[in-house]
Amino acid sequence: MDPDPPSSQEPEASPSDRPTLPSGVVAFVKRDCPTCELVIPVLQTIAKKVPLTVYTQDDPSFPSDTSDIDAIDDTDLSVSWHNEIEAVPTLLRVEAGQEVERAIGWHRGEWEALTGVEDLGPGLPELRPGCGSLSVDPVRGPELAIRFGKSKLRARRVEIAVLEDEMQACFDRGWSDGLPIVPPTEARVLAMLEGTSRAPDELVAVVPPDLVSCTVEKVAINAVMAGCRPSYLPVVLAAVKAACTDKFNMHGLLATTMSAGPVLIVNGPIRKKIGMNSGKNVLGQGNRPNSTIGRALQLVVRNVGGGRPGDVDRATLGNPGKVGFCFAEDEEGSPWTPLSADFGFDAGTDTVTLFPGEGPRTIFDQISREPESLARSIAASLVTMYSPKAALAFDAIVIVTPEHSRIFREAGWSKEDLRAKLHELTLIPGSEIVRGALGIAEGFPEHVKDSSIPKFRPGGLHIVHAGGGAGLFSAIIAGWANGEMGSQIVTQEIKS
Amino acid sequence: MTILLDPTSERVPSERPRAERLATLEGQTVGLLDIAKMRGDLFLDQLEKRLTEQGAKIIRYRKPTFTKPAPVDLRHEIAEQCDAVVEALAD
Repeated sequence: MDPDPPSSQEPEASPSDRPTLPSGVVAFVKRDCPTCELVIPVLQTIAKKVPLTVYTQDDPSFPSDTSDIDAIDDTDLSVSWHNEIEAVPTLLRVEAGQEVERAIGWHRGEWEALTGVEDLGPGLPELRPGCGSLSVDPVRGPELAIRFGKSKLRARRVEIAVLEDEMQACFDRGWSDGLPIVPPTEARVLAMLEGTSRAPDELVAVVPPDLVSCTVEKVAINAVMAGCRPSYLPVVLAAVKAACTDKFNMHGLLATTMSAGPVLIVNGPIRKKIGMNSGKNVLGQGNRPNSTIGRALQLVVRNVGGGRPGDVDRATLGNPGKVGFCFAEDEEGSPWTPLSADFGFDAGTDTVTLFPGEGPRTIFDQISREPESLARSIAASLVTMYSPKAALAFDAIVIVTPEHSRIFREAGWSKEDLRAKLHELTLIPGSEIVRGALGIAEGFPEHVKDSSIPKFRPGGLHIVHAGGGAGLFSAIIAGWANGEMGSQIVTQEIKS
Repeated sequence: MTILLDPTSERVPSERPRAERLATLEGQTVGLLDIAKMRGDLFLDQLEKRLTEQGAKIIRYRKPTFTKPAPVDLRHEIAEQCDAVVEALAD
């Protein structure tokens, strides 16, 4: 592993880029600010006593059109940005080009102290807060940071010619999973990074298969491309970290000829905060965080890790979920504790759980009204997972929907009750699983024919509550080569 | 002109010189690395027989699991001990 982040190559900002402030009192205002309007007479008073320079952010004719103050046009926000003006009006006292004092908003006492002029704004209230400076406007801020600032981003810049189509250029460079991506401009990446308190150059994980040290910035770039909003970034960061653990073994999951890929299940308040779907069509299309968070992880594996189909990804079939498979658990409607609690996290903790799984398969049971009957129905489907002759090698997630979970709730079955019953009901008689049994050559060696083989290893069955309120269905997500020699389920806390 | 940020590892493909090809197997040490897939040992047994006939000295290695890359220590051990290595897959 290479602990060093990529080297920084951007040039130092030249000192001459920074505008020099005139000595005396300097004010920043904009027309679209009632407090600025209010203090115009005060500025006129100040101008009669001390040297005053006024910068106007939005309208060059303000306040010259209604006063004798001759303001300097700062509509490109250069002076405001370089002086880190956060609100207007802001008053600075400047000596020899250096700021020595600052007052934000209108505050008579502070303004009098700063300017040395007494009895300012006699008809005005003592105090009135200002408005946001345009130089920190959420829409314009990132663009200004790029224009004036020394970029804190280290990724290589890729120039796209004017005549090149941006989307096509991304395809041409092999950055896409086959679907269009959002071109990762610096402004978009900076906006994405607002979604986390972590520094862009902080290491997140070492990503297989090329074992590349991956920074927060690289994750953010791929999250932009996947279509994430900044608020999803903490989930993506946690997912990347979890995927790259030895326990989850993303390398093996990528390289296998089997169909599985990472399946992400989100728990905790962040589900609601970022608007995830845990209800109708929970495993389907149409919800932005569900559709893009899993995709962002897969793009990191592709672009940073170098894991591409046909290269290290040797899947015979794959599955559509390998574009990205992420959903939220319906904790509110569940009769049970959340999935994350099964791995020791308190309910209310934001987590993402990664399971090496393939596409979902629906279990149909419209008639069962007793828990025993429904458990048998689910177990009968589970036994056929991959093959009725396959056992012990693969874990599974059972997704129980509200109409099915109601049957267990009303009967007072805990999640453990259901899990234990499913383990019991998926014990396969050796005579049915040995080679040749059922007329199928595949199977276990002959010597197990007089014993029973559990379909699942202990701890190999996971239960999640999700789905729409109408429909007597549940679903199975089949796992991949589970256990220490393959991949194990990993739950990672999501931090901001 | 649009400027995009590179989403990749930015690894410049660097050409590493190949190890010199062996002119003969006589007296050379050849590592046989079993990736731990089923029946890989049968395949490597055959290879060992043939290479030994040609005078090579054989050292056998085995990855703990085929699902994960060979541990760095194992890779180093092979590099230190062998003149050539055959990584074999049977499936």
